Amino acid sequence: MSALAVNRIGLAREAYKGGPSTLCAGCGHNSITNHIIKALYDLGVEPHRLAKLSGIGCSSKTPAYFVEQAHGFNGLHGRMPALATGAGLANRELVVLGVSGDGDSASIGLGQFMHLMRRNVDCTYIIEDNGTYGLTKGQFSATADVDSVHKKGAVNHYQPIDPCAVALSVGSTFVARSFSGDGKQLVPLLKAAVAHRGTAVLDIISPCVTFNDHDGSTRSYSWVKDNDEGIHDLSFIPYFEEIRVEYEAGEVKEVDLYDGSTLVLRKLSEDHDPTDRLAAMRLLEESRTRGQLLTGLLYVDEHAEDFATRERLAEQPLRDLGEADLRPAREQFASLMRELM
Amino acid sequence: MLPQRGDLPSPTAPPWKPVDPIVNDLTILAATVNGSGSQSANLVLTRAIFSMGIPVAPKNVFPSNIEGLPTWYDLRVSARGYQARRAQHDLLIARNPQTWTHDLAAVVAGGAVVHDDVFLASGVREDVEYFPVPFGRLGKTRIASDSLRKQLTNMIYVGVVAGLLGIPFDNLVTGIERTLATKPKAWPVNIDAVRVGYGYWEENFSDRPISHVLRPVVGGTDGLILVDGNQAAALGCVMGGCTVAAWYPITPSSSLCESLTGYADRFRTDPETGERRIAIVQAEDELAAAGMAIGAGWAGARAMTATSGPGISLMAEFAGLAYYAEVPVVVFDIQRLGPSTGLPTRTSQGDLGFAYRLGHGDTRHLVLLPGTAEECYEFAQRAFDLADRFQTPVLVLSDLDLGMNLWMSRPFDYPEAPFDRGKVLTVDDLERLEGDWARYRDVDGDGIPYRTWPGTPHPNAGYFTRGSGHDDRARYTESPEAYQANMDRLARKHRGARTAVPGPVTVSGGSALGLIAFGSTHHAVVEARDELAARGLPVDYLRLRALPIAPEVADFVAAHERVYVVEQNRDGQLLEILSEELPAELVARLRSIRHYDGQPIAAAAVAAPLLALEAVCV
Repeated sequence: MSALAVNRIGLAREAYKGGPSTLCAGCGHNSITNHIIKALYDLGVEPHRLAKLSGIGCSSKTPAYFVEQAHGFNGLHGRMPALATGAGLANRELVVLGVSGDGDSASIGLGQFMHLMRRNVDCTYIIEDNGTYGLTKGQFSATADVDSVHKKGAVNHYQPIDPCAVALSVGSTFVARSFSGDGKQLVPLLKAAVAHRGTAVLDIISPCVTFNDHDGSTRSYSWVKDNDEGIHDLSFIPYFEEIRVEYEAGEVKEVDLYDGSTLVLRKLSEDHDPTDRLAAMRLLEESRTRGQLLTGLLYVDEHAEDFATRERLAEQPLRDLGEADLRPAREQFASLMRELM
Repeated sequence: MLPQRGDLPSPTAPPWKPVDPIVNDLTILAATVNGSGSQSANLVLTRAIFSMGIPVAPKNVFPSNIEGLPTWYDLRVSARGYQARRAQHDLLIARNPQTWTHDLAAVVAGGAVVHDDVFLASGVREDVEYFPVPFGRLGKTRIASDSLRKQLTNMIYVGVVAGLLGIPFDNLVTGIERTLATKPKAWPVNIDAVRVGYGYWEENFSDRPISHVLRPVVGGTDGLILVDGNQAAALGCVMGGCTVAAWYPITPSSSLCESLTGYADRFRTDPETGERRIAIVQAEDELAAAGMAIGAGWAGARAMTATSGPGISLMAEFAGLAYYAEVPVVVFDIQRLGPSTGLPTRTSQGDLGFAYRLGHGDTRHLVLLPGTAEECYEFAQRAFDLADRFQTPVLVLSDLDLGMNLWMSRPFDYPEAPFDRGKVLTVDDLERLEGDWARYRDVDGDGIPYRTWPGTPHPNAGYFTRGSGHDDRARYTESPEAYQANMDRLARKHRGARTAVPGPVTVSGGSALGLIAFGSTHHAVVEARDELAARGLPVDYLRLRALPIAPEVADFVAAHERVYVVEQNRDGQLLEILSEELPAELVARLRSIRHYDGQPIAAAAVAAPLLALEAVCV
């Protein structure tokens, strides 16, 4: 890439970078940050329209590491969905991107995570999933697999909560899983997620190199690399970019996205139709039984109305409305007072 | 000695004999069963009396239940316009066998008792007048509709009471039309049912005058409205420019957001496209409700949530974030009786101390204390201005009594002032500053920094909001100096709000005695001061309308030898706050009067303890 390379809105990739990461060297989350930068650059998202929100934990620090110019809000543990919901209602023109971790989404904020999806709030919801609590030095999280072994030797006996299974069960309209080290799969998924109108959930397996990257862990690099089963090789074509995808007829699934762009999926090992929710649930269950991580776009519904649309909210940002838009006219007010007499 | 709450008439008192009836001054108690449809009957009675030009002040005393438990409607009728609860009842409407003996005990000697004829009246009390009515038989024989019989049978007592008190039939019709304004089809059956009761009175009781009578007062209530505080606050939210409201159902605050939804349908919805200029979200819990409002406030909307004590507990986490990250949000707390679930349908001022400091660490909020329905309307609007101006949560503390009961009020004023959106930098501002600004820098010396809204199209508009330690450029820092400087600026900002929040209302007549109260306690104080003055003990009055406390409070205390702080909680929470914030020599002048049984405070609960304490002092 030449130094002068710019995206469709004339910005260099530099414009999508943020402050230096303070996470551990080699952390999967840093890879995800880089993939987010690439996806937003490729999409040509205007930095000022981006609202980055997060909860608490290692993952939630990462919004500081991309798109410096954007507004960010590092809120409370597990409560990012509520903040994101409110921000999106205040201004429908914002591109809302939430970053959470498995502690945020599968434990303390499981309720908010589910209700966000249930409402289909227009946002991208990333879970940087490492199965552990890094900032508090390595306790198991609720996504840790049964029988996974703690660095100090403790064994997890409890069933994991699979964010993708939860997402499918509450009718999420975009459910995908990927791996932090697989940019080829993840960048197109991120772009599709941002383009999706509604809640797009991306569970990204992201090994914790400090607390959860050893032989006993199912979220170590080596384990994931051996057990990762991609369901689609996927490329995303934004409407503003001319990209030719290499594919052969009969092997391609096109998904029309709300904003007019098209998601093109190439099936790999499974003949999965991403508009078939039951099939997605079955595949998840089967792969779980086989001890494999299913990655790719599990499910998408581009026809569901997002929350603000269903609420018939004005297109104009609510925060810009003034007295004349918001106060009833004097005659209306006087008439109300008469009714109360 | 003033009457004490709960005083029972002496069983040996001679039967009261009517001489001159008392005009336009009584309290009616309707004792019914929850879910039986008595609410409409009570409202009809209230609006009928109001339409005669006589001031009314109704209070619902209802159970935490949907159907079957006892419920009471306490209707104060007062020519002088007193709106506080009165503990004695002059006329009882007894329709609940479960509470019959208890209700009967609450009637003053010489009072009138309209009751189901099946209730045993003999040998219970000799000093009241009984008016037995065969409600069951009248309902069966005189009300045609099977489905409406239970409800309409309650209208029969409206007719009987109207006869006893002399309410003209025209006013009853007005009462029905106003109460059922949206259901004109229901007017005839209700009018018929009232007529049944009125006819029964004519045939059986018209020769028996009672101790009280109502006489129309020309123009007595002209121009006044009847409104509950939650409805008033909801209208204040509309006029104050609220565009995002998130809430979770809880008594007694639910009706605030339900009213808001009604106003949104009427005033914020495009009649042609159905497009709405407000988002109202029923959240999954109070955590999410607060979070949504704060997310919206951060993004530039005027946002609110409404709840009660248990919800306030859950919102503590988010309130601390909004204080520290400096995000505007308005939180209505319609207080009920705690701790814990407490008594969900009883009133209290028990959240004052908690709300003021809601959050861990050193946290201080702006707290508005409306005392009337009109102030619920006005303070709701001011709350949004203050939240934007000070970039901080503003808590509006109402209570069940103020929020859910109907109050007489002058009509509300249409707001003339534009919204105050506070210190928000636009693209032009950022151009002028050449992009050089810092989110948490105290440029003006008032502790209030400048902010930008997400979506502002300027490369330097963005900043990173966080609940963790930050420097003036909103960057994460663990620097001890930066932390302390920031906390000191927040304290400065909070102190500055003392003169920006609604100031106290003072009534001074040069007495050596002062009284401080806030919120719905006001109405009992108004009446108590009249009683005390009539007994030769005038008391000056300061009504506090916000926290942090205004400078005038210290002046008021300094001008009086003894100052009684009256509040509806056990621990004297306002007294604690005053003790902390006033100089020690002034604190020594404070005395405490507390009422906390869940019933709205009555004048007697202010005057009697004050007299007792003064007897010791004098």
